[in-house]
Amino acid sequence: MTDSSPPVDEETESDPAAIPEAEVETLHGSAVTYSNDQTVLHPNKDGYHDLVEALKDEGYGVCIDLCGADYLGNETRSLPLTVLPERFELVANLLDVHDSRRIRIRVQIAETDPSVTTITDIHPGAEAMEREAQDMFGLVFEGHPDPSPILLPDDWQGHPLRKDFSMGRIPVQFKAVDGR
Amino acid sequence: MTTLDHLRNRDAVLRMSEKEAEERASVVDPDDERMIINMGPQHPSTHGVLRVTMELQGETVLRSKPVIGYLHTGMEKTAEDLTYLQGPTNVTRMDYAAPLFTELTFSLAVEALLELEIPDRATWIRMLMCELNRMSSHLLFLATNGMDLGAVGMMIYGWREREEVLRFFEKVTGLRMNHNYIRPGGVAADLPDGWREDIQNILQVLPERLEQFDVLMTGQPIWRERTQGIGVITTEEALALGATGPILRSTGLAWDLRRAMPYLAYDQVDFDIVVGTYGDTFDRYAIRLNEIRESMRIVEQCIEMMPEGPYRTEDRKVTPPPRARIDESMEALIHHFKIFTEGFKVPPGEVYTAVESPRGELGCYLISDGGPKPQRMHIRAPSFVNLQTLPHMIHGGLLADAIAVISSIDPIMGEVDR
Repeated sequence: MTDSSPPVDEETESDPAAIPEAEVETLHGSAVTYSNDQTVLHPNKDGYHDLVEALKDEGYGVCIDLCGADYLGNETRSLPLTVLPERFELVANLLDVHDSRRIRIRVQIAETDPSVTTITDIHPGAEAMEREAQDMFGLVFEGHPDPSPILLPDDWQGHPLRKDFSMGRIPVQFKAVDGR
Repeated sequence: MTTLDHLRNRDAVLRMSEKEAEERASVVDPDDERMIINMGPQHPSTHGVLRVTMELQGETVLRSKPVIGYLHTGMEKTAEDLTYLQGPTNVTRMDYAAPLFTELTFSLAVEALLELEIPDRATWIRMLMCELNRMSSHLLFLATNGMDLGAVGMMIYGWREREEVLRFFEKVTGLRMNHNYIRPGGVAADLPDGWREDIQNILQVLPERLEQFDVLMTGQPIWRERTQGIGVITTEEALALGATGPILRSTGLAWDLRRAMPYLAYDQVDFDIVVGTYGDTFDRYAIRLNEIRESMRIVEQCIEMMPEGPYRTEDRKVTPPPRARIDESMEALIHHFKIFTEGFKVPPGEVYTAVESPRGELGCYLISDGGPKPQRMHIRAPSFVNLQTLPHMIHGGLLADAIAVISSIDPIMGEVDR
């Protein structure tokens, strides 16, 4: 999305249903936008799992990348009119190796309820990436087979890639080794 | 049975916390011969600080789990505090065996957001340098893979050949590793005088040396015994687990981004995609060995087809003014100062770019909020995702074979942990 128009006007934010659905292009019930020639889908949180499943049947058989993003303080994000902006986003890139095409999914995730259904039952390869997003942003993946920290220490407090987690906030202490 | 059910029912991944493992170790059950051990993080064959927790029955590996994060330094967070011009210095330290690829994918992402066209010569220099880097990375793999499997002499040979390439890199970029050479807008410097001869020298020596490797390893019965049929993975499993690069190609699927979704000028050069048949450790080894030969073909074509012209964009928004102008013009000096202190602004938006690194799909997801620093920079590291195939490949095999399989994944821990 390279246009710099403001993301959503006030009216939309209060009442998304007021926008006629026909004006927004959809695929499997999710709004479609194009960003630098790349197709982006914007499902709501509840429809995310079904969308990934439907896309898999369509040929997008590989979950090539999955990461979180924190839009705290970013006023320049542009979203389709039917999508309510939230603080966090879950971004999944799917790949179709038979037709050589990609599609991206951006799910809005609220700060107050950072949980979303896991897609590891559809793409087992998303397991490590979901664990990383959980470490870095505190997103909770419901039904994840192994929700333990992957990159951070087990006793780490906080989620480093959140925008309100400043650099150098926690001095890194190496664990003391007994007898040395 | 579908691949998904198969992966699930195989029960190859050890999902157990350390505490649980400790509790289990204290319970003595004479009928239960399983035990859980750690391999690494300080083990010569784990390529850095990879720890693998394994459940063993005798010498057979049952379930296992790669434990990572020892090298995590928050590079994605650091990237949010660096301007787009400083960005490559950060990302180049991720995959330290193939640093130019991370610089490339980052630069492509920034250029996509800027909608910036780069000159032809910059594109071809990038391609030339990346293919040389693919060669040096695969040579490093041959060295460590040989050493892991007992061909210790191979370590010396692989390192020697890699050194030839690194010497050329030093001449071009000033550094043997972590070059910061590919930058948004082009490359940092033009190729030095005599670069053709330097590369010709490398290309002349290598084919003969690669044949020596064939004698030393490929055709050797002990080598074949240790690698053939070990760590087998199918195409469906590799795709489900998100594996790319030589691991995916070893299963017989000719998936290479250079061919499938061409970037730079890969649609103008002639090369073959090397694929395997059985998806075993030997296939992954052979693919990398032969990819060196294919990269050499591309490098030869780069030498022939290298266009003349500027090596970075003339767009003054991202490129500092030439050194000579700074002495004459106050405006040029201010411009130079601004670019290096404040950086250039990138229009708001988000983009995902991907290149084929020696390890698989190397992606960069970049979000700009319109400022001079990225709002979010995420690197899709192939090693990080490829490591997920490890438990499935070593399940049911011998402990000694696990070493061969870890080596054949060729993980670079700097990229895994970022």
